[in-house]
Amino acid sequence: MNHPADTPARHEGTSAAYFDVDGTLVGTNLLQPTFYYLLNQARPDMSALRVGRALLGAPAMAMAELRDRRLFNELLFSNYRGMTEDRMVLVAADVFEDVIKPRIFHGAKELIQKCKDAGQRVVLITGSLDHTTAHLAAYLGADDCITNRLEFKDGFATGKLLRPVVAGPEKAALIVADARKHGHDLLRSHAYSDSYSDVPMLSVVGHPNCVNPDERLARLARAYRWPILDINVPERKSATGRGSSRR
Amino acid sequence: MSVDHPCVVTIDHRSRPRVLFSGTKLVEVDLPVGSKVLYPKKPMAGLSDPDAAVRYALNHPLGTPPLYAKLRPGMRVTIAIDDLSMPLPPMKGPDCRQRVLEPVIEMLDQHGIDDIELIIAVAFHRHMTADEIKHVVGPRVFNRFYPERLYNHDAEKPGGLTYLGTTDDGIEVEVNARAAASDLVIYVNLTFVPMNGGYKSLGTGLVGYRTLRGHHNPSSVRMSGSYMEPKRSELNRRMVNVGKLIEEKLDVFHIETTVNNRMFDKPLDILGKNEDDLSTLEWQGLRALVKTLDKLPQPARQAIFEKVPAPYDMIGVFAGACEPVHDAILEKCHQQLLVPIDGQFDVVVFPIPYISPYNVGSFLNPLLVSVMAEGYLHNLHRGAPLLKKGGTMIILHPCSDIFDREQHPAYTEFFHKLLTQTRDAMELHKRFEGEFRRHPGYIQQYRTGKAYHPVHPFYMWYWGENGRQHRGRVIVVGADNEYVPGILGYETASSMGDALRMAKETGPADPSLACFRICPVLMADVNPEPPPPAIEADAD
Repeated sequence: MNHPADTPARHEGTSAAYFDVDGTLVGTNLLQPTFYYLLNQARPDMSALRVGRALLGAPAMAMAELRDRRLFNELLFSNYRGMTEDRMVLVAADVFEDVIKPRIFHGAKELIQKCKDAGQRVVLITGSLDHTTAHLAAYLGADDCITNRLEFKDGFATGKLLRPVVAGPEKAALIVADARKHGHDLLRSHAYSDSYSDVPMLSVVGHPNCVNPDERLARLARAYRWPILDINVPERKSATGRGSSRR
Repeated sequence: MSVDHPCVVTIDHRSRPRVLFSGTKLVEVDLPVGSKVLYPKKPMAGLSDPDAAVRYALNHPLGTPPLYAKLRPGMRVTIAIDDLSMPLPPMKGPDCRQRVLEPVIEMLDQHGIDDIELIIAVAFHRHMTADEIKHVVGPRVFNRFYPERLYNHDAEKPGGLTYLGTTDDGIEVEVNARAAASDLVIYVNLTFVPMNGGYKSLGTGLVGYRTLRGHHNPSSVRMSGSYMEPKRSELNRRMVNVGKLIEEKLDVFHIETTVNNRMFDKPLDILGKNEDDLSTLEWQGLRALVKTLDKLPQPARQAIFEKVPAPYDMIGVFAGACEPVHDAILEKCHQQLLVPIDGQFDVVVFPIPYISPYNVGSFLNPLLVSVMAEGYLHNLHRGAPLLKKGGTMIILHPCSDIFDREQHPAYTEFFHKLLTQTRDAMELHKRFEGEFRRHPGYIQQYRTGKAYHPVHPFYMWYWGENGRQHRGRVIVVGADNEYVPGILGYETASSMGDALRMAKETGPADPSLACFRICPVLMADVNPEPPPPAIEADAD
């Protein structure tokens, strides 16, 4: 007999789970992968030059971060100007293996699997670049990602981001557009983030969730009774799952 | 004419007001003359040497060879332990489970067994914290096994459950993978009310959703006369089927304990006594407590009752096969809890206290208030409900709109989003349970936080289903708002007098009334058809 709880409830649309990445699923920020790219140029002198330039621009980036997340993204990604697309693709795999993968939170993969078990389409939405996020999405089992993309001309990065820039409030608009495109019911959809800057994105879905939230977001979550999750709990070492000694 | 049991008091003109729980407050209530008040029995004497009793039980089990005869070097042993939902409130150390675990582990050590893991059988309850586990198992066991080999059952862990088979009535049984892969499972139980223990322990505590849904559903509760009376409980019948299937596949050694009802230590032990039996000093002390609690803020009141562990004494311990062990424990439970009473009543007053099995360390939220009234207290009967079919239930509780953020996150959504759409348990089960049971965020909070599983609020609503089907009206006295009782389908009254006037509108003009004077815990042993009054012999 089919159990009622096994039959999906009748709703107008399907549902999705939208995940912020940095700080939510992975203990990285936008700076770490960027510096890995800068340090891994074709020649050491090119690496030194790029890192030097980036350090000179650091105060401006710090000011931008305080004022406007989108401006910060644009300044950060201007450091990629002149890099070749094939080099970006090549280094992306190393960025994932060396920088991102070791910092993935213990419970990230299982949480995404639970979303898929619940019949949700899992989408990563992040200010990071498409090349690196694609590796992460494949590893975690996400279905899709909405990322920042560099503009390339003749195979070289211009240092500009293609529109729309994925940051702050823009994430909310991108989620709404994505849900409309795929026929998702936003009231039944879930979103996950660690940062107060993502309140707009959390606010457009019916089920916002805060993962390892910063203090401002935690206060808001308590006020609105949004679930606060900790997914960075180490796995318990146990004998569970070992073969039986009896049968 | 039959004579009332000493724990059944009839209110007369000289009776003092009754002092009843209303959440974390106590209130004085005047009940009409002729009302019957059921009091808990006096605490039975504890075992004079509980540690010796445990050793005797292990070596003289019922229905199986002694524990030592089952042991051999190198075997894999899993010890499952009841969680802190019982007893209420948590008992003073050493807890019964500590008294059992220490000699059991010593015996395992003596037989060269080192592959031992201890699992708290929480099912969908919240995971116990390290401090709570330490209190239950004792520091010696805790320090040796926690956290790698002493942990909470995780019913949502990928690969954490092993499918054992399907019962004849179609319940898929899957249990904790470590337990399923063990040569011997030892279940250490603390039975507080007759619903606990027996086949339910493994069939609920160490399983997952696929199994729980087979018995934790509205139809099985509707079909149960009382889930505190195994013979009249469809819930119990289904749990027995699950338990029997598990025991066909696994070697299980049961150790059940039970305690008396000494919930309060001095000076709070007066709360369990008949107000008319209190000395003048005790009565003044009780009235002072009523007034003091009224002046204190809610967290302080909660702390007064919660921070002091209960001085329960162990009154029984038996080991061996499930059925004879459980029967022996139930007999002890009944000796302590059952208060015989003749007849059913048009109106029953249920004072709702501050505590339930599902809010240890947190506030009794509105959904749990309904579980206590229509679920636990209504079901704490044998024979027949205390309330007549269609009668009026009067409950005392503030019904504040407070939900603990850590423990009950899914309860909030269930209460305010689902119950406002429908109170029909069948509809809730069919329309919403599936979506909640897969809610990734709430599941994560259950797995790594202190939250009850997202399906748990549904189970709580189902828990009140037979009471809901049985009662007529529910009137809340002392509510601090109108809308929370409204969501639950309850009415409100400003005083007990008003509530009784309302009850008379839809009931007899002179209704019979019983008051179930919890805490400590008691159980009504109802004879629904009292014997006719004896005909006195003619003096001539």
